[in-house]
Amino acid sequence: MTDPVVADPVVAGSGVADAAVIGFAQSPCVRRGDGTTSGVEMLVPIFQEVLASTGLARGDVGFWCSGSSDYLAGRAFSFVQAVDAIGAFPPIMESHVEMDGAWALYEAWVKILTGEADIAVAYGFGKSSAGDLRRVLALQLDPYLLAPLWPDSVSIAALQARLGIEAGAWSEKEMAEVAARSRAAAVSNSRAQLSGEISAEELLDRPYIAEPLRAHDCAPVGDGAAVVILASARRARELCARPAWITGFEHRIDSASLGSRDLTTAPSAAAAGRAAGAAGVEVAELHAPFTHQEIVLRGALGLGDDARINPSGGALCGNPMFAAGLARIGMAAREIISGRADRALGHATSGPALQQNLVCVMEAQ
Amino acid sequence: MRAPLEIGFDYTRSLGPTLSQFMTALAGRRILGSRAADGRVHAPPFEYDPVTFAPPGQLVDVGPAGTVVSWSWAPQPLEGQPLAHPFAWALIRLDGADTAMLHAVDAGSAAAMQTGMRVRVRWAASLVGDIRDIACFEPGDGPGQPGLETTGPETTGPETTMITTPVRLHYEHTASLGESSYLRALQDGRLLGQRCPVCGKVYIPPRGACPTDGVPTTDEVELPDIGTVTTFCVVNVPYPGQRVTPPYVTAAVLLDGADIAFQHLILGCEPGEVRMGMRVRAVWKPRDEWGTTPENIDHFRPSGEPDAPYESYARQL
Repeated sequence: MTDPVVADPVVAGSGVADAAVIGFAQSPCVRRGDGTTSGVEMLVPIFQEVLASTGLARGDVGFWCSGSSDYLAGRAFSFVQAVDAIGAFPPIMESHVEMDGAWALYEAWVKILTGEADIAVAYGFGKSSAGDLRRVLALQLDPYLLAPLWPDSVSIAALQARLGIEAGAWSEKEMAEVAARSRAAAVSNSRAQLSGEISAEELLDRPYIAEPLRAHDCAPVGDGAAVVILASARRARELCARPAWITGFEHRIDSASLGSRDLTTAPSAAAAGRAAGAAGVEVAELHAPFTHQEIVLRGALGLGDDARINPSGGALCGNPMFAAGLARIGMAAREIISGRADRALGHATSGPALQQNLVCVMEAQ
Repeated sequence: MRAPLEIGFDYTRSLGPTLSQFMTALAGRRILGSRAADGRVHAPPFEYDPVTFAPPGQLVDVGPAGTVVSWSWAPQPLEGQPLAHPFAWALIRLDGADTAMLHAVDAGSAAAMQTGMRVRVRWAASLVGDIRDIACFEPGDGPGQPGLETTGPETTGPETTMITTPVRLHYEHTASLGESSYLRALQDGRLLGQRCPVCGKVYIPPRGACPTDGVPTTDEVELPDIGTVTTFCVVNVPYPGQRVTPPYVTAAVLLDGADIAFQHLILGCEPGEVRMGMRVRAVWKPRDEWGTTPENIDHFRPSGEPDAPYESYARQL
């Protein structure tokens, strides 16, 4: 463990950066797209967009890594056809994770740290509308004790929400305020699925869909894709005027046993945040598919009132499965690339009730 | 084009020593937990102590009643869930346990639910040794289910070492624009491919993007129903649902003018006669059986032409 980036977490966020995000693109998040579960139709335009933004050609990319799920597509090896969108000839170095594209980005980052690639592309895509997402997500649960009961994703989040409400950690009103703030922020995000000015009071007048959750507490189901380009220290500056240097990149996981952990907190998010150096970021894009989970994450990551949260509107305004976490990192990077921030955090989650959490801290240098 | 896609699979899983005890006990109307090194009782049991990582010792009885720690209301139950009418999901701390179990509570209405309320197990009518032996929980204390409380724990049956979990998922599968054109053309007995605008290669069925260039293919190209066997295999293995009795040949057929082969059956000759370079022609089903499917072509048969030279298909192997 001599590499300063992966050594003792206390040095994380110390400013050592061997790779940077230099480009990001995202498809529109839509309730039901026209494309196939292969993602090709969503990916081709955003690959073109992100390569054009950096002046790179496909052949310049040394490593490609995708995040997607066969369960979402309803067929085996569904990610293989997505490679068509790359144009994989001559043969490319390519990999896949059955996770959000944020974890594909982690693999791409490691590939750059090992020196095996100077330019790496991570992408995620999901056609959530193809199946019944609430049921599909039951299959990510413990296959012995939970999945045979088909507990759906919204109901599990509702159990978590009530625990926090009854413990006084948050309220339905605070949850509605998260939704209202997110939708207002998404007005400026052309790729958002939901946006608009609506007050928390109006939202609270609406019925429960899984008490204590209302529709506004839950991310919309939708289709979409996202792509991020990473470059090594050697290449980043020539390709991007203001690269988003990755100074901390960590992921952690909590127990799969929902009934044996305190669901009002996310210890894995806190641990990932500490290791990645989350303290003091100016802006954070948090992958919170439910309103109360944003509150949990703000606490776990130690984000103060001065940190801007989800200027894109976040996952509550567009949550394409397997792409929304990667899009959070891309949006956070864009804050730096555009000069709006010097230090930003992108977060991704996976599993039920914030079980797995990934934190990527980026800086201008 | 869109069409329903139904996925079904019965997952069978071995249980391991701890869950095997737990599931076996359920079939005997008992719920077991495991005691951690810190003294806390986990129910359902852990397989490895979350602090020491050691396997549990002797499992301990918990329940059959408990206390609701949290709940949510399911007004429209989904397929496969424990109850078909509105119910509550709940985290339930069984008596004697320190952790909670996720299950359903048959409470009738959300108004009847409250954190801290007492609930008790309702056992399934037939017990097989899986988590659904617990049909659900119901409001109340004590053993419940008149007639059952006097039964007591049943005699321990055979050890449960496996569970079977049926999974049924429903999708709406979407064909790409190119695939849709291809399928519609098949209904008219035509074979429609698409050409890459960059490299000029012709793909059938059309793909969303040229795998060489990563750009959408748009120019449609009608192809003949005659081509060349590039490679093949002789199927000797019978399997459920097989349409042709083995031995028979499946082959990659490169239609004239195409740059990618597609797989089909070669019938009308002995399997041993099929060879690389053999020229074959489609045998269509009767026209009134045609649909938007490649099954309109029943199979390919030898065309009787001289074999194609190797060089003519070497790049498509």
